[in-house]
Amino acid sequence: MTFKHIGRDFTPPDVEGKVTGAARYVEDFQPEGLVYARLYTSPMPSGRVVNIDARQALRMDGVLGIITAADLPPSSAPDNPMLASEDVTYIGQPILAVAATTDAIAEEALGRIRVDFERRDFVTDPLESLAEGGPDAYPDGNVLRQAAPLADENATIRGGISRIKWPAAEVEKFRRGEEPQGVEFADGWTYGELEAGFAESEVIVEESFVTAGTPHHCLEPRSSMAYWENGKCYFYGSLQSQSAVNEGLAEMLGIEPENLCVIAENAGGGFGSKARAYPVMGVCGHFARMLNRPVQLRVTREEEFYIGVGRPGMQGWIKAGVRADGTVAAMDVIIISDGGPTGRNSASASAQHLSVVYTPTAMRLRNIPVFTNTAPRGAQRGPGQNEMSAAIAPIMDKAARGLGMDRVALRRINAPHSESPVYENRGPVTSAFLGEALDMASEMFDWEGRQARSGQRNGSKVRGLGVGLGYHSAGNNGYDGLVRIAPDGRVYLHSGVGNLGTYSYAATTRAAAEVLQVPWENCEIVCGNTDLHLPNSSVQGGSNTIFTHTRANWVAAEDAVAKLKEIAAMQFGGEAAEYEIDGARVFRADNADQELTYGEAAALAIEAGGRYSGEEYPDDIHPITRRAVQGVAGSGLIGVARDNLPKRGIAPGLCVGMVEIDVDLETGKIDLLDFAAVADCGTIVHPKGLSQQINGGAVWGFGMAASERHVYDPQNALPAGVGFYQAKLPTILDVPSVMHNGAVDIPDPDNPAGARGVGEPSQGCAVAAVASAISDALGGHLFNRVPVTPDMIVNHAHGSEQEARLLALNTF
Amino acid sequence: MDIRLSRRRFIKGVIFSSAAAASGAYIAGAQQLRPGAVMDRLLTLNINGRPRPVEAGPSETLAFTLRTKLGLTGTKVACNRGECGACTVLLDDTPYYSCSLLTHTVKQRAITTVEGLRLADGSLSAVQRGFIEELAPQCGFCTPGQVMSAEGLLRANPTPTREQARQALAGNLCRCGAYDHYLNGVMRAAELLS
Repeated sequence: MTFKHIGRDFTPPDVEGKVTGAARYVEDFQPEGLVYARLYTSPMPSGRVVNIDARQALRMDGVLGIITAADLPPSSAPDNPMLASEDVTYIGQPILAVAATTDAIAEEALGRIRVDFERRDFVTDPLESLAEGGPDAYPDGNVLRQAAPLADENATIRGGISRIKWPAAEVEKFRRGEEPQGVEFADGWTYGELEAGFAESEVIVEESFVTAGTPHHCLEPRSSMAYWENGKCYFYGSLQSQSAVNEGLAEMLGIEPENLCVIAENAGGGFGSKARAYPVMGVCGHFARMLNRPVQLRVTREEEFYIGVGRPGMQGWIKAGVRADGTVAAMDVIIISDGGPTGRNSASASAQHLSVVYTPTAMRLRNIPVFTNTAPRGAQRGPGQNEMSAAIAPIMDKAARGLGMDRVALRRINAPHSESPVYENRGPVTSAFLGEALDMASEMFDWEGRQARSGQRNGSKVRGLGVGLGYHSAGNNGYDGLVRIAPDGRVYLHSGVGNLGTYSYAATTRAAAEVLQVPWENCEIVCGNTDLHLPNSSVQGGSNTIFTHTRANWVAAEDAVAKLKEIAAMQFGGEAAEYEIDGARVFRADNADQELTYGEAAALAIEAGGRYSGEEYPDDIHPITRRAVQGVAGSGLIGVARDNLPKRGIAPGLCVGMVEIDVDLETGKIDLLDFAAVADCGTIVHPKGLSQQINGGAVWGFGMAASERHVYDPQNALPAGVGFYQAKLPTILDVPSVMHNGAVDIPDPDNPAGARGVGEPSQGCAVAAVASAISDALGGHLFNRVPVTPDMIVNHAHGSEQEARLLALNTF
Repeated sequence: MDIRLSRRRFIKGVIFSSAAAASGAYIAGAQQLRPGAVMDRLLTLNINGRPRPVEAGPSETLAFTLRTKLGLTGTKVACNRGECGACTVLLDDTPYYSCSLLTHTVKQRAITTVEGLRLADGSLSAVQRGFIEELAPQCGFCTPGQVMSAEGLLRANPTPTREQARQALAGNLCRCGAYDHYLNGVMRAAELLS
């Protein structure tokens, strides 16, 4: 299909403000009467607040008050509370906030507050907690019993605390990379005949793996600002989503969603950590109500590490069986997740990743989400899938070597296609072309031609080549679209998606412009503020926006087109079907003189009222959309609809990465020489935006592969990665100067624009490719761990023992 | 106790008198004031080619003064400790981290912030245009700093190589990983200038 807008570059409306400094983020809003709040955070990893003495602070000039857990709705462990009291579970956990007329006074006041704690046992390594006699993160236990599967990966995890202990000998066995016997697990799933699969395997690889937890470290700390007027809260948040935040935040504040206006024009990074309302937002909102002043709750870089959540770590074991023809017969996986104090884990998503990209005939997952007294965990770019892609890549390379098969060929044989069943329920995908992406990447990167360089020595450096696969479900359905044609002929595209920085909020509105055939100059995107009447949208995350909201915008625009034609038929007679549109006019197909401009039709829609101007609307739209339509009713021709288009299964986002590296055996440094990635994300919607997502995801992958990790001092549970420098994020000098990318550009049949998302698989394929390349450079050596840091390479090169205890997590 | 009381009285005095003088009622570092220090706190900065009178405490950073006293919120603070470069401004054409400069030390310097890059006719600078054309920013929070580092580079060297541009942006972290798009933006800007 030839499109007018889809597949073409455009300038998203928020770019100019970003380069001129006009784009506003939370701390840029400084209304009159603003007061500043700062957090008092826990100095200890586990305990209970016994007493708070704030008398000295409250006597200071300029101090307006404090807020503690006692001022907030109660919370029970292991829920992540707005402010902690009964269960303090990590260093840096907010205990109270103090507000003052200036930030400096608030900061000084924090130093005059005395909090007495009762100490408790703590733990930073899940396996230590799992071993009999080991410490537990909570007095009542060490394991999350999840109440139900997550509705989506950005949902708040719910469950209770229970206790699972393994005999010390079984823990040690697990540490050595062997399957523990006779031990309890919390959860899991299985499909197919596992033992039969291993029986028919030519090569069986059995390995342990560790993937480190990683902080999000969004560049904009999650400060927030709120004020109240007549019982309505105006909330300025650092948020990657817009409409998806409202209900959760309203619940936190104890108000109805209609009494909440969320302003989220820009977000300085989210990566999964700002997809829904998060606890510290509640502190700001409640505090503003208590003080009856606008309150800006400022979060520092260090606090952003503490409360900015992070990716859960994994300690795992995998047994993979591959037949002589290269097809994967069976995979058996154990995942012990480090969920921090929230128990957040992505074990199922990790295993689902394997089920999609390697399509094993049989599979089993057994897992335990273990609590630790480290920073809370949440969704981070490709949660589960990306860390598993890193862990599995060198292991599947080992299988390929065992078969004498090329590493890309092994992946090509197992690559999912449009009829491949996936996940534990063996459900369908909407379409999949990973094989085509592998072919395209191999050609773009010259995979075969480069093979001669694998293992070549140049002084202390040795060359490595790697391939990686990334996957994430990349599309939802059932959300609403809203477009409005004004009497002046302009088209207003209402977006409730949120502005994460991917520009997909804008790119997806172009689907509506496509259906209406309007020139882009005649369109305006309405977004960033609940009071601007925004429809119900998914979270801006989970790689889903492109698929989900091209659909929602498409159906809303189709509704508008139908109404344009009906209005014209009312004006000139005949049936609506006898009319056509051309992007500016609606006219009778057999008599183009009988025409209305879009603006004239909009004016007539206002006269006609009812469903034409939004006074009436479909029954199945969400209450958020209903309120939005009520807000714009009577102002033009309103197109509004819920996305009820068919969707037969998981919409997969897939990506292939290939990398060439040098590993310096003397310094342990890894140089990324060249990188190429090819996505299978359906039709390309926004070429430059796609390039940004592939390359940006790759930079995340490089960080995960070689440098980023949580480190906690096991004696005191003190975190060592609170700053950017220690964390450690890749700089421009850590990545190749030029990065290559492409996409197979084959339309997905379940999306009217043909599109699927890809923002997360782009990281997964890159981290996997680097892990694969490191192993290749070192002659197939497996570190069984990411990140692979320079000390590990040097130790390996010199035959020294690695410093970390086997399978240790959150440590060096 | 006496010192504390006199400081209190002093703070109250400053709050009332400076509410109009400063843009907004924000007083920083109040605890560090000494009596009679008012005149020491007043200074005039040369920002974006204009004299800007401002009152600043002795330990106040330029990033803080710009954002909170002068309303120049384009300059972003992401780490506030010289790790990330989001707060980069130019002093006499050279990029500096404004979170790591004391306001009182830059009185004699020509300060350029991201708000000061538009040309006399109001159009965008070459760096700004190059960044837009290459869709360089993602979330945008590091962008003003990237823009200023690129501007500093091109003022010193209008025809950089890609590697020189890479080195020039090495002090600016981008968590979105938009590095290559930023590099493309710098090279595009250099083309626009030629």
